[in-house]
Amino acid sequence: MTVLVGEHTRAIVQGITGREGSFHARRMLEYGTRVVAGVTPGRGGSEVHGVPVYDSVEEAVSRHPDANASVVFVPARFAPDAVYEAVDAGIRLVVVITEHIPVHETIRFVRYARYRGATIIGPNCPGIIAPGPKVKLGIMPGHVYAPGPVGVVSRSGTLSYEIAYHMTSRGIGQSVVIGIGGDPIPGLDLLEAVELLEGDGDTRAIVIIGEIGGDAEERVAAAIAEGRVRKPVVAYIAGRTAPPGKRMGHAGAIISMGTGDAASKVKAFERVGVPVASTPSEVVRLLEAVL
Amino acid sequence: MKLYEYEAKAILASFGVPILRGKLAATPEEARDAAAELGSPVVVKAQVTVAGRGKAGGIRLAATPEEAYKAAASMLGGEVKGLKVAKVLVEEAAEVRREMYLSITNERATKSYIILASPIGGVDIEEIAREQPEKVLRTRVDPLAGLRDFQVRRVVRWLGLEGDLGRQAEAVLRGMYRAFLEYDADLVETNPLAELADGRVVPLDARMIIDDNALYRHPDLQKAYEEDPRDVTQFEAVARKAGFSYVELDGDIGVIGNGAGLTMATMDLVHAYGGRPANFLDIGGGANREVVYEAVKLLLNNQRVKAIFINIFGGITRTDEVARGVEQALSEVGRAKPIVVRLKGTNEEEGRRILAGLGIEMYDFAEDAAQRVVKLVGQ
Repeated sequence: MTVLVGEHTRAIVQGITGREGSFHARRMLEYGTRVVAGVTPGRGGSEVHGVPVYDSVEEAVSRHPDANASVVFVPARFAPDAVYEAVDAGIRLVVVITEHIPVHETIRFVRYARYRGATIIGPNCPGIIAPGPKVKLGIMPGHVYAPGPVGVVSRSGTLSYEIAYHMTSRGIGQSVVIGIGGDPIPGLDLLEAVELLEGDGDTRAIVIIGEIGGDAEERVAAAIAEGRVRKPVVAYIAGRTAPPGKRMGHAGAIISMGTGDAASKVKAFERVGVPVASTPSEVVRLLEAVL
Repeated sequence: MKLYEYEAKAILASFGVPILRGKLAATPEEARDAAAELGSPVVVKAQVTVAGRGKAGGIRLAATPEEAYKAAASMLGGEVKGLKVAKVLVEEAAEVRREMYLSITNERATKSYIILASPIGGVDIEEIAREQPEKVLRTRVDPLAGLRDFQVRRVVRWLGLEGDLGRQAEAVLRGMYRAFLEYDADLVETNPLAELADGRVVPLDARMIIDDNALYRHPDLQKAYEEDPRDVTQFEAVARKAGFSYVELDGDIGVIGNGAGLTMATMDLVHAYGGRPANFLDIGGGANREVVYEAVKLLLNNQRVKAIFINIFGGITRTDEVARGVEQALSEVGRAKPIVVRLKGTNEEEGRRILAGLGIEMYDFAEDAAQRVVKLVGQ
């Protein structure tokens, strides 16, 4: 069993009748994920790719008591409600793909989930994939991953595909890849994800894909210095050439209030003995050295 | 979205925060009339969405309406810290006894709201935090429990205000907190918060940054943002309308990617091979042909861009849609500059076929493409 997902995972897709929800429900099924139900208010009784659709998460869970994870594709204005609904129905892992959710909404539902013992991944994230047990909760292209001993945590979606692709094509597979998302306030954060991988028996080394903005990488480096993370770690930081004060795409990626630049993150990692790749492909060379 | 001082103050006032009397002026004449109405002396303040205006000549004391006219004339139409000044705020001049600092923001590490308070203010908070960190009080507010009375008392005590002054400061903090919540703010800041000689406690300056993702809940601000994009350049405003994010840099190699991380990594690659990126351009996830078309067109029309490097790893994004967008832009604008492409992921065979038909150079690895585009610009 790996972290957060595994053979036991039975997923619900919230927003399954929408364009994205329907498309990715099919991709998840094709990958091997057991999607047991879909939810769209007002569309109960229909089916999408053979998956039964219910009006509420409560109803879906009562008909499929083994459901333990949910993937949210609901549009931003309605996504916070979908998250509360899933947590209230007892779902323990909620992956929020939706982007553009106001931070004030996220900060509250993340707190709510914490008090209720649920884990949120995202929002604005590609999700989580475990190539061994063939579980994909999210939107990443399944074919670039292969089973293996490396756990990957990323703040960036496409960059995690890129680095996984380099790894797989050089014969280095992944135990699990977690895209925590690019928003300033994520549910599961970088350090929490790294700590999960540290405790995972299937993971021998950890790749951290960071970027400018915030201090999540610096906090991981501090945890390594304290001995809380002992597995070999390799890092990559995007945004070495990004200017301060300019937001790069999403709200998380901005150098502001004097913190969050790439140089500080690279320095923090190197100080605790974590090699930092200067290009995505160099991650593989650094991994080969530690494995 | 960054608010102007006058906008932030109007919002704070609506939540019961006392502010100095002031009037907005778009011409020197209006500034003179405002000064006459308010009674001299006044302070004339350039409205730009950047901190540190004072040192940059954006704040001036005017003893008479005539001086207010001159101060406004020297600011309006000019620039403060690189930003155009279209309006000035003319405010009553107040005698300040003491300057403090107070702000509310979201803290990433604890996933809570955080109040920063310092009994010294008027200078950059980063400077205070660096030089006198013991002066900065951090108070975390649980987003579900909300701001509690004991926290308000804690902050006010730290500022060193008691009695009537303390009660005024409590009202300021509560008003700031309500504005922070109701306007979906990333930041509400008063620096300095001032104790005046006449016994009032008022924010002399106010800054607010609103979460762009929440603007749909604040149609008045959304409209103001569209009419006046503030610190955003003309090209960046075009990009926002077309549905992608764009930031101008000072190099000559145009960069297009999908996803912020990959796009930044692409810029970094260009830089690592000795080139200089002209921009950050992220078409986002699941972009369609139209978005790509607008993006490529923007770079083709930008004189500073000598070559374009497109790096796409399609997951949710279909690479054939990307190729069609490129095709459409080229057929309209013409191929004025070299384009190097790296396409990977969803529907890549079809995408590559379309681009091959246009005779565009393609590479399997971003490193190779980056090296090539740097070489092309060097020639």
